[in-house]
Amino acid sequence: MSTAIPIRTRAPAQKSPALQKDASQERQKQMIARHFEKLANAPESRDKVCYTFVPGNLTELIGSFDMLPVLPEINALQSGMRQRSGGYIAEAEKAGHSEDVCTYVKCDLGMMKSGNISPTGTRLPKPDLLLLSYTGCFTFLKWFEILREEYGCPVVMLHVPYQEGGHITPEMRRYVVDQLEREVIPAMEKITGKRFDEEKLRENLRLSAQAEDDLVAVWESAKHKPSPIDGYFGGVYYIGPIFSSFRGTQDAVDYYRELRAETEARIRRGEGPMTPDGVVSEQRYRLVVEGPPNWTSFNDFWHMFSREGAVVVASTYTRVGGLYDTGFRHDHQHPLETLADYCMGCYTNLNLPGRVSLLEKYVKDYEADGFLINSVKSCNSFSAGQLLMLRQLEQRTGVPGGFIESDLVDPRYFSRSNIDNRLQSYFQMLDARKSRTA
Amino acid sequence: MPTMTWPQDADTVQLVALARQWVDDLNLTAVRQWKAEQPGRLAIGHLPIYAPRPILEAVGVLPVAVFGGGDQVDIIRGDSYFQSYICHIPRSTIELALGGQYDCLDGMMFPSICDVIRNLSGMWRMLFPERWSCYVDLPQNFDAKVGGKFYVSELRRMARELHERGALELTDQRLRQAIADENRRRAVLQRLDDLRHKEPWKVPASEVYLISRVGGMMFAKDHADFAEAYLAAVQKRPARARDNVRVVMVGSFCEQPPLDLLKTLEKAGCDIVDDDLQLGMRMIDGPIPEDTDDPLAALANAFLFQGVACASRYIANDVKGRQLIEKVRSSGAEGVVFSAASFCDPALLDQPMLETALTNAGIPYTSLKFAENTGQFQVIREQAGAFSDAVKLWGEPTGTGVTTATSC
Repeated sequence: MSTAIPIRTRAPAQKSPALQKDASQERQKQMIARHFEKLANAPESRDKVCYTFVPGNLTELIGSFDMLPVLPEINALQSGMRQRSGGYIAEAEKAGHSEDVCTYVKCDLGMMKSGNISPTGTRLPKPDLLLLSYTGCFTFLKWFEILREEYGCPVVMLHVPYQEGGHITPEMRRYVVDQLEREVIPAMEKITGKRFDEEKLRENLRLSAQAEDDLVAVWESAKHKPSPIDGYFGGVYYIGPIFSSFRGTQDAVDYYRELRAETEARIRRGEGPMTPDGVVSEQRYRLVVEGPPNWTSFNDFWHMFSREGAVVVASTYTRVGGLYDTGFRHDHQHPLETLADYCMGCYTNLNLPGRVSLLEKYVKDYEADGFLINSVKSCNSFSAGQLLMLRQLEQRTGVPGGFIESDLVDPRYFSRSNIDNRLQSYFQMLDARKSRTA
Repeated sequence: MPTMTWPQDADTVQLVALARQWVDDLNLTAVRQWKAEQPGRLAIGHLPIYAPRPILEAVGVLPVAVFGGGDQVDIIRGDSYFQSYICHIPRSTIELALGGQYDCLDGMMFPSICDVIRNLSGMWRMLFPERWSCYVDLPQNFDAKVGGKFYVSELRRMARELHERGALELTDQRLRQAIADENRRRAVLQRLDDLRHKEPWKVPASEVYLISRVGGMMFAKDHADFAEAYLAAVQKRPARARDNVRVVMVGSFCEQPPLDLLKTLEKAGCDIVDDDLQLGMRMIDGPIPEDTDDPLAALANAFLFQGVACASRYIANDVKGRQLIEKVRSSGAEGVVFSAASFCDPALLDQPMLETALTNAGIPYTSLKFAENTGQFQVIREQAGAFSDAVKLWGEPTGTGVTTATSC
């Protein structure tokens, strides 16, 4: 079942303590700082800047032209974590944007109208190119139409067909490759003044595949008990480099090698992941989570889980910028075809039956006690249909599902007590089920 | 065809009443009757905005436009499938489907409108696995050798899958005939729109809406006959010119507002001289080429090169708001009413850009929101009345100066 009577039996969530960082996290922080520094210096260095989206990002291709990527969703979520998104959203709504629509868009627009200062405090350069990789999210299309009006810069559209039939057809692949050859690459050549270097792209793709191998090993480490990772709250840190500007770079390879080593060391020590409540090795609940996290109260949200000994062993949000644990790897031997397959394989580009099957696989493979859906108001791509997914998953797996609602970066839609009550009820339900089974 | 008959000398009241009867019939009685006349016939539903209906007609399939339940259905089961922040049309669509009203449909097409309708296609696959389900990934690349090639392959796939379920085989000859029928329908609707631009008091938007929408469950040639009959009846109807403000209504292309909302705007002094309510019927600007060796490519290219601007279609190299401004000017409109369904991502994300374009062009606008089952219109009437007065009394439009908003 998906609901239960909310009875509070535990102390309310307290403000979470500061999170201790692993070495890989420090490495990632430095990588990101260097990237934003490069972006800040782009007007002087004359590096070309390409805004694009996380799902279906063509980082290897962008990198082959020595362009610097900017990912507006990442900036929005970082603004959310730094408590700046509320003001940015208000700014966009004052400018006429509806309260009904995606808060990532409004946060980004508000940030732009407030001086375009990046989450790290440096100034973001204007885009030389908007690469509209239209992958799994309708809002992307409107987002870059809006930015085109604001910046007056060129846009190149990459329409990525939806996997409505549950698989990639040769026609779908050809369509994406045709667009890469006839639209995207010529646009990049024009902006940068450089010829397309296929060898450079192949090299970047080789590096991507190495990092992807290590990332998958990290995901699959959660099959251990106790799980050495949290595949959702911790997972969003793990995906940082590979989902953003670093896929196809040596930096990413080094990062994922280190992350994997840290994970394997925790397995050897029988340790769980670092959480707001310290290392959680006594894991009472193993969960699979569907949907993005809330960013404005991220640590408090995590604390509601870690305080109870709940660890997330797999999540779908961490597959939104690339799904690697079902076997896909970037293939340097077929550079454009592999980019097409990558784009079409991103999680929100799967049809709903495909998403349910993936979640079912996670629940079974990771021996989860339950699954939870965090349904966010802003993202219809994720959210529409989740209540049916909940029912289907319960039928197929026999494990209980939970359902909570929040938003990505709009602090008005994070109701702390409601979510905490629901989670506590859900954990009680899992307890009751365990005791019945025992 | 689904049996619609009308007296030779039917007047507008009779024809509009007949259209309303069909539009309000959520059990799709006419579709059921048509299927019962000859076992094996197929009827395929499709969601708004645009579906390639000629492909269906060419293989003998009746296309049935589905617009949810309007204000006639109490949503009970549908609400249990969607969160509060999702628009209304998928709720009533699911409600009707689970209630059996769509049992006569052998499949459903889900054009690429937005993420909600896209995901609804997956829900359909899970809820009704035995029925044909097709997500129509309309191309957002408008190069015939790229987006056109992909779209042609999609159209072929649809025809093949329908043939496997008992539809006729797609042939060039059949497709040419279907395109010719569609062109005739489109030409009649264009005449209706032209008349509306010139003499809106003769053809109220609330009537044109019903006359257009009823065609969603008819073959194109039959709809053309019906719309012709209405046009003929209009000429005989005595009508007096009114000094109303002429407006273009924008943003209601998917979830449809209640008919009473249109009547409310009319009562408030607004003649709706153009709108995007039944956009699917008007998506292709001008006739689809008929004299061609490759009618499939002609149908695909018509979408690429003659498709009108709408919020679900990538703007590519066009200028945002250009087509809307042209529509305002060509229809003699004095203002724009933005009318979006609550939580409609395409319309609401597009609107600020269109508002900017209108402001720059000196065209006044106002905006409201609705749901298909909105039942209170007093606020909208007051708002539309104030807008109409502002435009009429203070003459020179002032862009955002008369902008107000109503949420439902």
